[in-house]
Amino acid sequence: MSAHNHEGEHSKFLAHHFKSMSQQTAAGKLGMWIFMAQELLFFSGLFCAYGFMRFMYPDMVTQGQSSMDWRLGGINSVILLVSSLTMSLCVRSARSNNKAGTVKFLVATMICGLLFLVIKGSEWGMHFHEGYFPGKFFNPVAHAEIQDPLAHIFFGLYYVMTGMHGLHIVVGLGLMTWMLVRANRGEFSSENYVSLENTSLFWHLVDIVWIFLYPLLYLAK
Amino acid sequence: MEKRDMGKPVLFADMLSSHHDTGSNYLNAKKGFLSWLFTVDHKRIGIMYFVAISVFFLVGGFFALLLRAELMQERIVNATANSYMISADHFNEAFTFHGSIMVFLVIIPSIPATLGNFLLPLMIGAKDVAFPKLNLMSFHIYIVGAIFLVYTIAFGGLDTGWTFYTPYSTETSTSVVAAVFGAFILGFSSILTGLNFIVTVHKMRAPGMTWVRMPLFVWAIYATSVIQVLATPVLAVTLVLVAMERLLGIGIFDSNLGGDPVLFQNFFWFYSHPAVYIMILPAFGVMSELITTHSRKSIFGYKAVAISSIGIAVIGFFVWGHHMFTSGQSALATVFFSFLTYAVAVPTAIKVFSWVATLYKGSISFTTPMCYAFVFLFLFLIGGITGIFLGAISTDVHLHNTYFVVAHFHYVMMGGTLIAWIGAIYHWWPKITGKKYSETWGRISSVVVFLGFNLTFFPQFIMGTRGMPRRYYDYLPEYYNFHVLSTIGSWVLAIGLFIVLFNWLHSIFFGKNESSSNPWKAKTIEWTDTAVVPIEHNFEKQPISTHGPYEFDELVKPVKTGGH
Repeated sequence: MSAHNHEGEHSKFLAHHFKSMSQQTAAGKLGMWIFMAQELLFFSGLFCAYGFMRFMYPDMVTQGQSSMDWRLGGINSVILLVSSLTMSLCVRSARSNNKAGTVKFLVATMICGLLFLVIKGSEWGMHFHEGYFPGKFFNPVAHAEIQDPLAHIFFGLYYVMTGMHGLHIVVGLGLMTWMLVRANRGEFSSENYVSLENTSLFWHLVDIVWIFLYPLLYLAK
Repeated sequence: MEKRDMGKPVLFADMLSSHHDTGSNYLNAKKGFLSWLFTVDHKRIGIMYFVAISVFFLVGGFFALLLRAELMQERIVNATANSYMISADHFNEAFTFHGSIMVFLVIIPSIPATLGNFLLPLMIGAKDVAFPKLNLMSFHIYIVGAIFLVYTIAFGGLDTGWTFYTPYSTETSTSVVAAVFGAFILGFSSILTGLNFIVTVHKMRAPGMTWVRMPLFVWAIYATSVIQVLATPVLAVTLVLVAMERLLGIGIFDSNLGGDPVLFQNFFWFYSHPAVYIMILPAFGVMSELITTHSRKSIFGYKAVAISSIGIAVIGFFVWGHHMFTSGQSALATVFFSFLTYAVAVPTAIKVFSWVATLYKGSISFTTPMCYAFVFLFLFLIGGITGIFLGAISTDVHLHNTYFVVAHFHYVMMGGTLIAWIGAIYHWWPKITGKKYSETWGRISSVVVFLGFNLTFFPQFIMGTRGMPRRYYDYLPEYYNFHVLSTIGSWVLAIGLFIVLFNWLHSIFFGKNESSSNPWKAKTIEWTDTAVVPIEHNFEKQPISTHGPYEFDELVKPVKTGGH
């Protein structure tokens, strides 16, 4: 901490109750890591439910998975991985006082996020087209591959898991929009970057959750 | 109702600040309703929580009295559902309302949100919590969640009990979705408060305030916060799944659709068992402060008490299965959960023994806070021991779902947490308000509360062992006498609690100003380094910690020489 004493008494971004920017940054980062632990526990509940469903109905899950298009899921995985890279580059640009780079990479990340949502949404659309509606609305059309009514459990959980994940993507996009406004104002610098870094941490978390969702829902037959 | 409980702080503030001529403090630094509603000052946020929680406590308590009154009626032969004072359905709604208000709106936030907020930064010598705006947001979220939860009973007639057990909660026609949404929102408030406190403890301590110089209340709040952050999200996802089950019928908990109701119980108790440690750990922290200060002795085994908080937090995550001994859980799992439940008793007992050892040869003064500490010790001992009975597999099969469980739970939660809360408010009252209160009435209230509490809940232990099931609006004649005793006890308890309320109100409106900044001669920073009432940013100059929190110099040493 003492290494940052040269920062001067009062940065305009220093809140009144902190002694130094480094203390403020460390607090902000720790807070975000704790929030991420909370997020992991939230999703772990869904993963447990999924594991339980697989254990109870292995054949039904295999059947449900056959309707998943691994190529679309794979493209989405690549998109999210790329977006994690651009997000990291965005933070790096901010920390090296490169405003143009910050804005550019932030926009790139947001485009990836939107693209993900579009693909995910069209996947949902295709399922709906087959009549694989969630829960009690599950009513496969005549030519649909899956006719077993029990498969509604797979789809129910699939919609909840991907829906919750999608909700996190939307929240992440909202955060990035806010960061974009602040980046345009030139708020971020090597000294003040913690909210951008926290947004980036959140985005990586969303990415990692998908890295687990993809094989579980699409691949692990 | 929301208006009223928001309105109160203004009244408090005006009353308090007008009597103070000692200079500027956090109460009179800013004026007006909005200066409270949108404050980021942790002390004012703590007071707003206190007022809101107290209002909910009154409401929840009213329903408790209603339930007890219903249960005092003698059995009517050939009764129909509507023969009694309140109908069977309304009885279900009333105990649901009592339970969910008391658990989600009162006990869980009681000590952390009020005293944790007020004291944590003061005790570690910080100007505020790490994220003051987030702290304010947590309060606003709490109020929104509270509105949802209260709405469900006013208009939705929720009747699932506070546990929302499936399959009933997926079948009842009452407003389960609104209720779980309310609990979901309240969970956010809880998580964000916990997060805030963890970061505050890690990053905001004053120079010299090492981990082993922190007051034990801070250790307890820290352990509580860890549980809040790690357990609450699992409740959140469970409630999401319940809502989805109701709205869409996804088939995860409802056996008609292919789901498993016991999965819900696993999920629910994975949160709700650690949640009882969210409720009791802060009370343990309070006890360590009260007992040391009012017996003028350093805590016996500081490190053991501190680490045992963490121990309880960790083991508490692995005992949830003891709620399902009779739910068809495998025998092997049952044995493990029973063993781990016993294991939790170890760190808990370490604390109790430490407090008793601290009292030994201490210079005990029977102040109001100390009286409440004794009430706690006595009631928590009974509550804790009966917990062991319930953790033993064979006895639990008999006692499961009886009044024994009800009595156990009330002994630890009401007799433990809420008694500690009242004692703590008495203890820090001079620091919070700058006023004196009537010691006489304070002590009288502790005795009345103690008697009323035991009269209410001790008969329930006996009823439970004789098989009186919980949550029934009607019962066999052999339980009648116990129910009458219990109901009379509930009135005595209510009188005791009203004495507490009037004592506080009297102190605010007519109480003398406190002149000392440290009336108890305590050694923690919030007493030694602040004015009578703390200023807006807590300290005139940055406090530096040079000694442990309980190094009392005026200890009356025993005359005898030669070791202990």
